[in-house]
Amino acid sequence: MNNLNLIPVLPEIFLAVAICAILLIDLFLSDAKRNITYVLSIIALVVCGGLSLGDFNTGATVYTFNNMFVSDPMSNLLKICSYIAVGLTLVYSRQYGLDREMVNGRLGGEFYILALFSLLGQMVMISANNFLIIYLGLELMSLSLYAMVAMRRDHAISTEAAMKYFILGALASGFLLYGISMLYGATGSLDLTEVARATAAGTVNKPILIFGLVFLVSGLAFKLGVVPFHMWVPDVYQGAPTSVTLLLGGAPKLAAFAITIRLLVEGLPALAIDWQQMLTVLAVLSMAIGNITAIVQTNIKRMLAYSTISQMGFILLGLLSGVVVGADGSTTNGYSAAMFYSITYVLTTLGVFGVIMMLSRAGFEAENIDDFKGLNQRSPWFALVTLMLMFSLAGVPPVVGFYAKLSVLQAVLSTGQIWLAIVAVLFSLIGAYYYLRVVKVMYFDEPLDNAKIVVSKDVSVALSINGVALLALGLVPGPLMTACAAAIVKTLAS
Amino acid sequence: MMQSTFPLLSLAIWLPIAFGVFILAVGRDTNPNAVRVLSLFGSIVSFLVTLPIVAKFDNAAHGMQFVEKLKWIDIFNINYSLGVDGLSMWFVILTAFITIFVVIAAWEVIEKRVAQYMGAFLILSGLMIGVFSALDGVLFYVFFESTLIPMFIIIGVWGGANRVYASIKFFLYTFFGSLLMLVALLYLYFKSGHSFDILAWHTLPLQMNEQILIFLAFLMAFAVKVPMWPVHTWLPDAHVEAPTGGSVVLAAIMLKLGAYGFLRFSLPITPDASHYLSGFMITLSLIAVIYIGLVALVQTDMKKLVAYSSIAHMGFVTLGFFMFNDMAVQGGIVQMISHGFVSGAMFLCIGVLYDRMHTRNIADYGGVVNVMPKFAAFFVLFSMGNAGLPATSGFVGEFMVILGAVQFNFWIGLLAATALILGAAYSLWLAKRVIFGAITNHHVSEMADLNKREFLMLGLLAIAVLAMGLYPAPFTDAMQTSVTDLLKHVSISKLH
Repeated sequence: MNNLNLIPVLPEIFLAVAICAILLIDLFLSDAKRNITYVLSIIALVVCGGLSLGDFNTGATVYTFNNMFVSDPMSNLLKICSYIAVGLTLVYSRQYGLDREMVNGRLGGEFYILALFSLLGQMVMISANNFLIIYLGLELMSLSLYAMVAMRRDHAISTEAAMKYFILGALASGFLLYGISMLYGATGSLDLTEVARATAAGTVNKPILIFGLVFLVSGLAFKLGVVPFHMWVPDVYQGAPTSVTLLLGGAPKLAAFAITIRLLVEGLPALAIDWQQMLTVLAVLSMAIGNITAIVQTNIKRMLAYSTISQMGFILLGLLSGVVVGADGSTTNGYSAAMFYSITYVLTTLGVFGVIMMLSRAGFEAENIDDFKGLNQRSPWFALVTLMLMFSLAGVPPVVGFYAKLSVLQAVLSTGQIWLAIVAVLFSLIGAYYYLRVVKVMYFDEPLDNAKIVVSKDVSVALSINGVALLALGLVPGPLMTACAAAIVKTLAS
Repeated sequence: MMQSTFPLLSLAIWLPIAFGVFILAVGRDTNPNAVRVLSLFGSIVSFLVTLPIVAKFDNAAHGMQFVEKLKWIDIFNINYSLGVDGLSMWFVILTAFITIFVVIAAWEVIEKRVAQYMGAFLILSGLMIGVFSALDGVLFYVFFESTLIPMFIIIGVWGGANRVYASIKFFLYTFFGSLLMLVALLYLYFKSGHSFDILAWHTLPLQMNEQILIFLAFLMAFAVKVPMWPVHTWLPDAHVEAPTGGSVVLAAIMLKLGAYGFLRFSLPITPDASHYLSGFMITLSLIAVIYIGLVALVQTDMKKLVAYSSIAHMGFVTLGFFMFNDMAVQGGIVQMISHGFVSGAMFLCIGVLYDRMHTRNIADYGGVVNVMPKFAAFFVLFSMGNAGLPATSGFVGEFMVILGAVQFNFWIGLLAATALILGAAYSLWLAKRVIFGAITNHHVSEMADLNKREFLMLGLLAIAVLAMGLYPAPFTDAMQTSVTDLLKHVSISKLH
């Protein structure tokens, strides 16, 4: 094993350099030329995409920095999806940011810089193979996001959200670190491969391991935003500027998925029985509380926050249905189902918040479900796109959300947990109601607000592609499912 | 299995969907006439491409015909596999046929967002044909569920006063049923060694308790769709609030999706559970026929009356299926087709009245025959069909079901036959109150008789109703082999 091979880290190195360069360039730009920062950020993402795609195509698993960092098919696929997510977020939020002086004026181009830094943190999380590297990536991502939530200093709600996010986020990081310290104490290593070997050998003090595991799972649950560690999610989703909500509700879910796989599946497979039980409780509670609470929301961002909680429950269902021992195609389908679910969920979330930002304009936030009233009369095409987004979240075919639910349910059934599958579908039914309500106000109600919807070309194109992609993935879900399955199999086999 | 060289079924499914998408994309509200003409053209072409299916259908062949099979989602072994047999063939044609009437019925009536209305119906038509021809569990489910989206929009946008409540109730009711079916489909997938092939499931051995649970899961999905008592309550709401076209498609085709599901899934996959629970199913069916028949009798709203009569008629269908003999099952299928024509026609007639008077209250009418003689003739004919009068299509199915029922158990036959009187009562009483008698108010006296468009649409359906009533042989001949095969299969226990 090559200890200082820089090739696998090339995307991260490139992005870090690019961010510093963009930060410097931005310093010398006047507001009129601020677009250059935006364009440069997008270009940086495209180059990263090219680099990761090259790595992905080799299909190889390469460790570097003394096993601290790994580049494998799963990490590359997730990184590519993260670039797309952050790139789309930047496109959707440019106009929104301009209207609110978030990407110009006093703040300069800091929004873009922080967004890219949080992405860098996510990339490190996705590729980490060591407890400390995971923590490093997590903090890099979180600190950037804390700053961004607080970006609108004069907004009381934003500031409150930022405080809440910061304090609870710090608490979660503390949980995670405490858990890590226990595991380190028990196994004597921070390296995930070593930890897996030590726990599998069975010579480790079990109570300490379980104790550490509980803290680890709690920390992860905080980051994923699942019940009962979900309290920050609705407030932060609602309080943060919509573009930031999307930055923290989109791509970071992929990174959170990745570290869950790394820590639990790769690091602690010997404790699978224990953490699968914990995840079952978290999953059922999340689906119950997320779906039921979402029904009564009138603020769409808050509703989507609860919807996220329930969707995370579904992802956990996939994660807890994987079989750890013997990593061939059929036994890993729980993890690949969860991965497919995460990716399609992020794609859908991007679209939904894209629409919300599109409907907002200077001095007006489209925050309430009522702001969607009569969208079909104002813009039939974007109403149709939103309709597909909502049915995708509800899991109604032929949109891709259905196939995500299908693959998770089949993973759950493959382990014989029929009752869990039935509970999951019943909560999906409850979920369908509030997604339907959005479709209802768009199509059946008269518009409250007849202001012309001004959409810039780039947003319009990106949003259309986003919507069509959901339908296209619904008609031909096979390739992405196969890619996820192959990535997971290769990652776990190594 | 007969391998088809030309993908007729795919064409029948995707052509209307393509037309629908095209109309949505190019249709402008500023030029509704172009949209109407284009939709009519689309629906007629889509109907014409289904005709070779009838022409080339081999009545004597066993198994599926016009089979198409392509890999779809390889990782789960899901295939895009299509095919029809005698049980499903006529519904493909019926769906395409009824869609033409939906387009014609909406001609002058739908004024707002014409392109979306027409587009939704054309897409819906393709999806429903997909349900009838899917041979893969997931493909079936995808088509089955996708139909909810256009129907939800149709009821909610173009419906009556209480449309929002009705559309959400419709969606959630049917969604609930199908979710449990999804779990059953996945269970069968693992049981059969990772296959979603419906025909492979037919021969899959299953224990009794498994069969009962799977049967109940399917029952939830199909009973809601049929709808059977006591999960029928969404139907009157949906029917009353839906625009005429929506009611026609609901009654004529969507309800058949559920009944068809019994034939394709419940009976052949869980034959022992079907026999074991047949008493339960027969009871539910008889309650639908008799109790819902009585409920229909007291309705004051015409659409509600026909909606309840639909439930009662579908009760005959499910009754026939669980008699397990040739006569009754065939009768059930014939009844499904006939009900497609008759109920579609009844809703179109009510639409004609509603367009003139903007009320569906029976009490607001009376003596219509005096001002609308042509219309009255059609209305009475279709009411007779609804009542099951000989020489109309309604008679054939009900008579066959009753014959089959007597063969099965005399008392059940007797009860079912008694219910015919109820059908006659509410249908003819409706005709009496609306059509005959003296003109009750000046609004009625101002009504104009059918225009050419309405005459054409009711005339064509009248021909269909009479033709099927006088000469049902083409319909029964086509399904004979498949029904016999199905019953032979169902009579063999899967338990060892």
